Amino acid sequence: MELKELSEASGVSGCEEEIRKIIQSHIENWVDEIRVDSLGNLTAIKNGTRQSHRVMLAAHMDEVGLMITSIEKDGGLRFSKVGGIDDRVLLSKVVLIGAQKVPGVIGAKPPHLLKKEEKKQVVKVDQMFIDIGASDKEEAEKMVKVGDYATFYTRYEDWGTVVKGKAFDDRAGCAVLMEVLKENFPFTVNGVFTVQEEVGIRGARVAAYRLDPVVAFVLEGTTADDIPKKKDLSPCTVLAKGPALSYMDQTVICDRQLFNFLVSTAEKNRIPFQIKQLPSGGTDGGAIHLTRSGIPVAVISVPCRYIHSPATLLHKEDFSNTVKLIVQALHRFKKEFIK
Amino acid sequence: MDLKKFLKKISEATGISGFEGNVRDIIQEEFRQRADEVWQDNLGNLIALKKGTEEPENRVMLAAHMDEIGLIVTGLEGNGFLRFAPVNGFDIRILPGQEVTIAGIELLKGIIGCRPPHLQTPEEAEKVIALEELFIDTGLPGGEVEKKVKVGDAVSINREVVFLSKNFLAGKALDDRASVAVLVGVLEALQKMKHNWHIYAVATVQEEVGIRGASVCAHGIAPKLAVAVDVTQGDMPGISEITTFPLGKGPTILIGPNVHPRLQELMVQVARHYEIGYQIEPCAGPSGTDASAIQVSREGVPTAVVGIPLRYMHSSVEIIHLLDIERAIKLISAFITRLDEHPEWKQKETFFPGKGKH
Repeated sequence: MELKELSEASGVSGCEEEIRKIIQSHIENWVDEIRVDSLGNLTAIKNGTRQSHRVMLAAHMDEVGLMITSIEKDGGLRFSKVGGIDDRVLLSKVVLIGAQKVPGVIGAKPPHLLKKEEKKQVVKVDQMFIDIGASDKEEAEKMVKVGDYATFYTRYEDWGTVVKGKAFDDRAGCAVLMEVLKENFPFTVNGVFTVQEEVGIRGARVAAYRLDPVVAFVLEGTTADDIPKKKDLSPCTVLAKGPALSYMDQTVICDRQLFNFLVSTAEKNRIPFQIKQLPSGGTDGGAIHLTRSGIPVAVISVPCRYIHSPATLLHKEDFSNTVKLIVQALHRFKKEFIK
Repeated sequence: MDLKKFLKKISEATGISGFEGNVRDIIQEEFRQRADEVWQDNLGNLIALKKGTEEPENRVMLAAHMDEIGLIVTGLEGNGFLRFAPVNGFDIRILPGQEVTIAGIELLKGIIGCRPPHLQTPEEAEKVIALEELFIDTGLPGGEVEKKVKVGDAVSINREVVFLSKNFLAGKALDDRASVAVLVGVLEALQKMKHNWHIYAVATVQEEVGIRGASVCAHGIAPKLAVAVDVTQGDMPGISEITTFPLGKGPTILIGPNVHPRLQELMVQVARHYEIGYQIEPCAGPSGTDASAIQVSREGVPTAVVGIPLRYMHSSVEIIHLLDIERAIKLISAFITRLDEHPEWKQKETFFPGKGKH
């Protein structure tokens, strides 16, 4: 799988060029046509062997990140968050800024100089700054500019059963989609690597309109919440239990027939799967199912721990089972399933 | 010495207070190439002796600590999760989302995890995540982690050194390994200079838990003079400029009760004479560096302190300026050669004839 290359690439919402080029360079070898629309969505078209109807598969290639909003007199950079990031994971991290990937650090006041009350307060993003080692504004302006995007600097690593990296939400989905595109199906597959999911599900909306598919499958990297907690809460998803099927999330109630179809596919092929327990978060499905006169949508996810933070984990078997499930489902899929 | 390369190597090495083995091995290699003898004492302090031409009792001690702040495993949760506690001065607010290395039976990687924003209430996001809610995720399946990690294993933060613009460099544990690089640089410089005093350069242990290594080491060496090198608070927005020092303007020379005034004057003289940039750092009490212990070792040791300005101390993205290190190397090695012009430092006490009759 190309997950390492995908994870380490930059592609904050609105600036997906680098990740798009990487995906394109891989898939052009096994699809019939590639299109990039005006928002930057990358659509791969794989013609069907027998039927002409279209099935859409969507995975978003953008990731959460930061944007430089001003350069201070002392050379420090103020920034905003692009997409949902917990302020509390930002302190003491390394980031890469702009196309040149200028390294910078998010500094933290030394504990020696903190007042007691300060230690109990969350440092808000508007109190933080990125330090690139510039002595003043002029020097900083030679290296970065206002509006530049920044990503976490996190290396991809294989830890045996799990892998570690940034942006598995949704580069895991992208990697699944790339695998699926290697297969041939009787109907036409439109694999869409969407943009701007993390800032309001904007790319998928126009892509779905353009494609007008009979159904859509959304491939995600979703919250795995099987971690120690104070209260006993049901975990959203659990690592190593297989792909997670969503019945709904904050943006879509998934098509029940498609959901059942995926469940029966998994059972028939003995592919482990789990049902995502909490309907949290949003996906491209939110935009797609409301496109034109409505498109039936299913959401399939690779469980990932610590999404939207600098370092996330996923289980290799969950990844391969997700690929297996979607491939098997597509081989079984007939338009008539949707009524 | 390739300064950048060496700094990267020692910054990325593990070595929290009391568990300095890994970083010590790296420093030992460098010491051996530049000193006459290298050995370890009972607490693990690494001592390099570079002989001078004087009688063996004329010893000057140079100290910089090699331990770093870190965490320790306090419990195993099953399913690959570990509970931990800080060993020393951490702001726990920098911990969520950090990558760590656990020194178990083998070196293991982990992440300090926290729940994604999707699953938080707005009120939760306003609260500092308490230590009791933090954990390390090793990604190991249940049962596996117990075989590899036990309570009491050391945990250090993972951070690859990042070279920022020009001479700025960011990484972990530069407090105080930046100063260890100064010691190696001084030993190297002295290979080409004549010096009468015997130099005992020490990479000390357990500074961050109460300056423990330096206190026994100073007793063991019993130096006549000492220079401690440690990092000092660098300037950053939001902190009064009085307590901090700009990076790139040279090392600081400490002035205050922890420093012998004549040694301090000599240090300033040397800086001026060789036109080495420096800053004066007033410090109204014990400096909190190895010098705090060395000065009061045995019958007392005249001590000087040189500081390397460093930003974001005790975070994993501490920043230093390479020129400050190079200048500190020049300053301290020149200072050592100039000691030869001051025979008075060889006296331990000053005697005055009494007026009483026997």
